[in-house]
Amino acid sequence: MMKNIGIIIETDNGKIKETNFGMITLAGANKPQLFAFVMDADARALKEDLESFGITKIVDISLPPDQQNNPMVRAQAIINAIKEFNICAVFGLSTAMGKDLLPRIAALIEAPLIMDCFHVDLEQNLVKTSQYSGKTIATIKLTGDVLILGVRPNAIEPIKAPESAQILELKQDGIHLVSKGFRVIRTGGADKSKPIDLVEVDVIIAGGRGMKNGENFTLLSECAEKLKAAVGASRVAVDSGWAPYSMQVGQTGEKVSPRVYIACGLSGSIQHFAGMKTARMVIAINTDENAAIMSNCDYYVKADALEIIPKLTKLL
Amino acid sequence: MQIYVCVKHVPDSVAHITIVDKNHIDENLTFLLNPYDEHAVTEAVRIKDNLPGTEIIAVCLGKDDAEKTLRSALAMGADRAILIVSDGNHDSIETAKALKAGIEQDGKPGLIFTGKESIDAEGMQIMFRIGALWDFPVATNVVKLDIETGRAVVDCELSGGTANIYELSLPCVIGAGRGLNTPRYPTFPDIVKSKKKLVKKIAFIDLNIKISTASMSIVELEPLGQTRKPKEITGDAGEVAKKIVKILKDEAKVI
Ligand SMILES: Cc1cc2nc3c(=O)[nH]c(=O)nc-3n(C[C@H](O)[C@H](O)[C@H](O)COP(=O)(O)OP(=O)(O)OC[C@H]3O[C@@H](n4cnc5c(N)ncnc54)[C@H](O)[C@@H]3O)c2cc1C
Ligand SMILES: Nc1ncnc2c1ncn2[C@@H]1O[C@H](COP(=O)(O)O)[C@@H](O)[C@H]1O
Repeated sequence: MMKNIGIIIETDNGKIKETNFGMITLAGANKPQLFAFVMDADARALKEDLESFGITKIVDISLPPDQQNNPMVRAQAIINAIKEFNICAVFGLSTAMGKDLLPRIAALIEAPLIMDCFHVDLEQNLVKTSQYSGKTIATIKLTGDVLILGVRPNAIEPIKAPESAQILELKQDGIHLVSKGFRVIRTGGADKSKPIDLVEVDVIIAGGRGMKNGENFTLLSECAEKLKAAVGASRVAVDSGWAPYSMQVGQTGEKVSPRVYIACGLSGSIQHFAGMKTARMVIAINTDENAAIMSNCDYYVKADALEIIPKLTKLL
Repeated sequence: MQIYVCVKHVPDSVAHITIVDKNHIDENLTFLLNPYDEHAVTEAVRIKDNLPGTEIIAVCLGKDDAEKTLRSALAMGADRAILIVSDGNHDSIETAKALKAGIEQDGKPGLIFTGKESIDAEGMQIMFRIGALWDFPVATNVVKLDIETGRAVVDCELSGGTANIYELSLPCVIGAGRGLNTPRYPTFPDIVKSKKKLVKKIAFIDLNIKISTASMSIVELEPLGQTRKPKEITGDAGEVAKKIVKILKDEAKVI
């Protein structure tokens, strides 16, 4: 029997985020019926993009505007969709939004959940994720009627698989969307000045103690601007006040999988690696060729990052 | 008010992890209090400082030696502790049920803390499961918390430095994020005092946890091997910059 799989689509200002496509590719591996759950954008506007990666059903889950940002309401809306369409697995991104939504769904229906997956086998119900601060890969067997899977952004290369999709509407019965004891006062999404999201960008240029001060961090942001990259930081750089905590990459910061990670003046501690090990390409710039990062990267430059970065920015 | 803080006994993040029997780790290494749970304990102590009469109870599901982690929580300011003892491996569904049962047997939570993530399992879900079992509201990755009469107002950090602000009625479950506070490390007298505090032990099996049809079990663990083969980029700064641009363009195809 063909399985029905639901995919929670993340959008940004009505546009689909690129990182959804790799997730759709992952979910579509065994040619199931793919349902895209669209909660906060015009489903029709996303149709073409979703079709080109293999979605056959687009479920327009329209929520009352005042409840769109409420993760408790969203969780219940997804649960309604799971029931309505006989869904056996739900995929969502392990982004800040996903971390606030997927576990709510799993908890409410007592379903198994693995966050930050980068491999899923729905024939055997096996998934792979990292454990022990990114030091091991765990293969986990799931049992249950509905599996909930958080997918690590950028971990899977999207592959086009054109289909044509039908738009279905899921009317939410207001009575079932309760938010007991929980109220949204404000959601951060409205801030237009927000920096590019580390978890989802293609390129990250990160600095550590070797950047020496906060001013030198602007060298990184200038370069990042040209590269359409985000700036990352080691914990030392964050603790020194050179970069905000939200830029920290590592075990106690963000876990990222960009296409390219440029590490400037950071040594590559175990805890830092825990956050960027799965980057496709790592380029390290460090004055010390014995730094751990230099022997665990794809390209290394033994030089002063403060000299290389401005030159690089100029060429971009 | 009784504040329950769930704390996990986890391998030190700097420890080298050795895999044995395909899906276990060699536990002959240093274990400590999960880093995010330190923020949880610290926040509970901060609340207690402003709300006299508050009792802080640290709760852990673990093996006998997890008592060490509970002692750390006691040294950081928890008043007493509960160790739900089990030698088995429990997934998040069972763990949440056991923590709930252990807490329910002990008292009446006005507030429950967890960390936002355990650094070994990296599950990111216990707080939501505990909340659902009780029907308490939940917030995670909380970096700012204000407790007022009957409610909590929280900032939940998003990547990119922005936050969602939620209001939760009490009792609620709070998953502590790193920005919440700076953990207060115990002084020597704190440690001495903590040795006299009570650690109540309950056997997991005595909690009669119902087995769920939903489960997660580790079938295999593999070390995340180092597979990169570093190549050096040489030349003066200008040449190096040019070569990096070429790599970004031709190989990584990001520009
Ligand atoms: C529980 C726990 C959690 C942690 N979580 C994290 C985490 O999430 N993220 C994280 O990053 N760390 C984390 N840490 C800290 C981690 O252990 C390291 O201390 C930290 O990553 C080191 O930062 P760094 O590489 O910037 O500094 P260092 O290790 O001091 O490295 C600086 C590097 O810069 C090089 N350098 C100096 N000058 C220059 C120059 N001009 N040009 C180029 N290179 C130069 C030096 O050769 C050196 O290799 C954690 C620690 C603990 C205990
Ligand atoms: N065995 C356990 N005992 C006590 N608390 C736990 C246990 N496992 C997880 N927790 C709590 O739940 C949080 C999130 O864990 P996890 O869902 O595994 O990432 C941790 O930070 C702890 O506060």
